[in-house]
Amino acid sequence: MTQALVNGLTLGAVYALVALGYSMVYGILGMINFAHGEIYMLGAFHGILALAFAQHYLANFSPVVCLLGALVLAMLFCGGYGFTLERIAYRPLRHAPVLSPLISAIGMSFLLQNYVMVAQGSGIRGFPMEFGRRLTETRFSAFAGAEFSLLEVFILATSLLCMAGLHLYIYRSKMGKAMRATSQDRRMASLLGVDVDRVISATFIAGSALAAVAGVMVSMYVHAVKFNDGYIMGMKAFTAAVLGGIGNIPGAMLGGVLLGVVENIGIWFLGAGYKDAYSFIVLLLVLIVLPRGILGEQVSDKV
Amino acid sequence: MLDLSGVHSAYGPIEVLKDVTLAVREGEIVALIGANGAGKTTTLMAVSAIHKIKAGEILFNGRSIADAAPHEIVRLGISQVPEGRRIFPRMSVEENLEMGAYARNSDLEIRKDLEHVFQLFPILKERRRQLGGTLSGGEQQMLAIGRALMARPKLLLLDEPSLGLAPKIVSQIFSVIKNLNAEGVTILLVEQNAFAALKLAHRAYVLETGRVVLSGEAAGLLTNPQVRKSYLGIN
Ligand SMILES: Nc1ncnc2c1ncn2[C@@H]1O[C@H](COP(=O)(O)OP(=O)(O)OP(=O)(O)O)[C@@H](O)[C@H]1O
Ligand SMILES: [Mg+2]
Repeated sequence: MTQALVNGLTLGAVYALVALGYSMVYGILGMINFAHGEIYMLGAFHGILALAFAQHYLANFSPVVCLLGALVLAMLFCGGYGFTLERIAYRPLRHAPVLSPLISAIGMSFLLQNYVMVAQGSGIRGFPMEFGRRLTETRFSAFAGAEFSLLEVFILATSLLCMAGLHLYIYRSKMGKAMRATSQDRRMASLLGVDVDRVISATFIAGSALAAVAGVMVSMYVHAVKFNDGYIMGMKAFTAAVLGGIGNIPGAMLGGVLLGVVENIGIWFLGAGYKDAYSFIVLLLVLIVLPRGILGEQVSDKV
Repeated sequence: MLDLSGVHSAYGPIEVLKDVTLAVREGEIVALIGANGAGKTTTLMAVSAIHKIKAGEILFNGRSIADAAPHEIVRLGISQVPEGRRIFPRMSVEENLEMGAYARNSDLEIRKDLEHVFQLFPILKERRRQLGGTLSGGEQQMLAIGRALMARPKLLLLDEPSLGLAPKIVSQIFSVIKNLNAEGVTILLVEQNAFAALKLAHRAYVLETGRVVLSGEAAGLLTNPQVRKSYLGIN
């Protein structure tokens, strides 16, 4: 049980990171970016590729430095992917009927999956674990016989750090405030001098960078990534965002963590066979009671 | 300062502004009055470049602004207090005011102007940490005006600031407008409350289904039989 809680928290923190991207974009554009899961998957691939490079050319650097470098690189690349995605697939459809950007998003999702499949193959791509060995092999035993690794601590800490960073960005920085204002009243924001296009770009970049962090960390956690891994993670994170109240930042964080915990406790009670179904059952139950999610839109801040 | 000439504007196939020509000179209060749907809001949104015009010209200090992006307009010195106030409901009063200064950079001057707005509307200072959405209608209108002032506008566009407010608040807001003008802010005031607007303004334009049908000194329009009948309800 405690073990399930530990695993659930770790996974949940990652769901939260990806869910934030869905929620932020929804808050500002009112659309679901269905290609967001693919950004997560691209983050994993770019992290692995960066580490593969480091293996060959930067062999005498410390693994921690390489790992952090890979994280930053994946964030930069994914920020670029998110930015480009919005520019070419969504911005031209800004004033089109609501279904058009949705179709475009699904199309981009396929496109990105196929691009990775062609470029990297359709099999699994292993994570160069020598960079994570210290993290996975340092283990702690917690109360009630539960055990966790340094990697889990690292994932949890990095996720919390990212979320704290995002919180500061949104509530303290000028661009962050402009994001909140734009999500509450886009026309008013532009009347005050906010360049709404720039705010939208910044939103995609920030959300994508968070997904990249999640991608690198999960591929290290499960030792591999595959071209279609973005799909299921995307669905889970989207579920988490809806669970917490889509468009709501603290909601996405809460929804993610809750989902991870529920899933792992479900596994502990009922076995892993239906593991992906538990989260959807919880979503259904929550939506029946709270149709707008746990922290519905009107309660707190929407971005 | 602001010159609209031959402005045409439409929503899809529906023409809303038909050949509108009007001018606001530096230092003036100009009122734009007219019935529901006359095109007053559309006119202000055209000046703020939110609504693109089909034909005609909009000049600000002699420079064409019809093709500018909305976010550039405020940097030129034009701020709008839009119809319905449009307060950011989930931002605090102070954050709403900070957003008003979005186009500016000097923190020191922004702080000074914040204090100035708080002097103008002391209730906003009391409620500075409260969410915008929880304010009363009158407080929201004060916040909307304060927010626009945070941009230090040369020209202030006001869209029905008296709408839905108690008479006492309306007179408070109108006296603030008068004081702002005395401090050097030029004002274009859209109002359905024609009587109050004409008493405050130097000059006025009357808009009827997208056309300017009357214009002149506000005092003169107050005694104009046509205006008295249609807009003041006096025979
Ligand atoms: N977004 C829109 N799409 C289509 N028609 C619109 C739109 N906005 C306004 N209109 C139409 O344009 C005309 C002028 O509207 P506008 O809002 O400028 O009038 P107004 O003078 O401000 O009226 P009010 O006093 O009611 O605020 C109206 O007939 C209105 O129905
Ligand atoms: Mg109007």
